[in-house]
Amino acid sequence: MRPFTLTGGRTRPSRADFTLITTVTAVDPPPEHGPRPQPEQTRILRLCARPVVVAELAAHLDLPVSVVVILLCDLLEAGRITVRQPRPVSGSPDPNLLQKVRDGLGRL
Amino acid sequence: MAGSDTAAPAVPAPDAVKILIAGGFGVGKTTMVGSVSEIAPLRTEEPLTAAGLDVDDLDGIEDKKATTVALDFGRITIGDDLVLYLFGTPGQQRFWFMWNDLALGALGAVVLVDVRRPRTSFAAIDFFERRGIPFVVGVNGFHGEHPYPPEEIREALSLPADVPVLLCDARERASCRDVLIALVDRRIAAAGRVP
Ligand SMILES: Nc1nc2c(ncn2[C@@H]2O[C@H](COP(=O)(O)OP(=O)(O)O)[C@@H](O)[C@H]2O)c(=O)[nH]1
Ligand SMILES: [Mg+2]
Repeated sequence: MRPFTLTGGRTRPSRADFTLITTVTAVDPPPEHGPRPQPEQTRILRLCARPVVVAELAAHLDLPVSVVVILLCDLLEAGRITVRQPRPVSGSPDPNLLQKVRDGLGRL
Repeated sequence: MAGSDTAAPAVPAPDAVKILIAGGFGVGKTTMVGSVSEIAPLRTEEPLTAAGLDVDDLDGIEDKKATTVALDFGRITIGDDLVLYLFGTPGQQRFWFMWNDLALGALGAVVLVDVRRPRTSFAAIDFFERRGIPFVVGVNGFHGEHPYPPEEIREALSLPADVPVLLCDARERASCRDVLIALVDRRIAAAGRVP
């Protein structure tokens, strides 16, 4: 089980929560209460019914990453999406991760 | 950063990692991304203002209409639980403020070199060297020609001995794959040296 924390205790989401390869997934079913999402947010929720990274969302929406991130902040705050941060790879990363990437490239 | 993740979704999201494809303008970065990506390269346009630069800062630059910076990227699914993204860095030097963001959290970089004008990639090499970001050099032989051996290119670019230099063809998937593998091998070798 990977370490997860619930959105509940978090401080207000900031743009720093979203990198280009932060993975976003719509919460399904959506929370019962809360504001109705705006049209752009509805598009985002549809696109991230399955996990998708921020850069791909921006490309599919044809919107700048900076704009998508603001919309995602609101969706995160409303509890409508979950986010997964990229694996840390600077310094000395998990050797299994490196080997997995190596093996995957070898299969190309 | 895993600790800042939110509640586990029903479909577990795969891990994401990225590699940068860098080098001077027209060296074949987008071509390389397209050669290995499982999807047609995607593109985002970022307004320069949002990226922290005022349009006024563009004074003196001929093409003032270019107020966005394009970023193209591709994807390689490694497995159910791991996806590799390749980001082509914006070539022009005036977009380098974006590189810091791009480089953050990257496995490393491929610096592509156009064999006919290798010095156009010198600034990219300098960028990764200064920041201690692991990189390999791919010498893109346009028209599949490689007039110079790797060691001559290493010398021309004053590359340290531990930076792999590979001759490649940005249009060939297998060739690009081998350059990426050289980068990951470099990371694996370095990790092996750390206790
Ligand atoms: N003949 C040949 N053309 C190439 C090669 N790599 C790239 N090109 C072409 O060179 C031009 C610039 O390549 P591009 O990938 O857009 O460069 P970027 O600016 O680094 O992204 C395009 O027209 C490519 O089709 C190559 O290995 N051989
Ligand atoms: Mg390009």
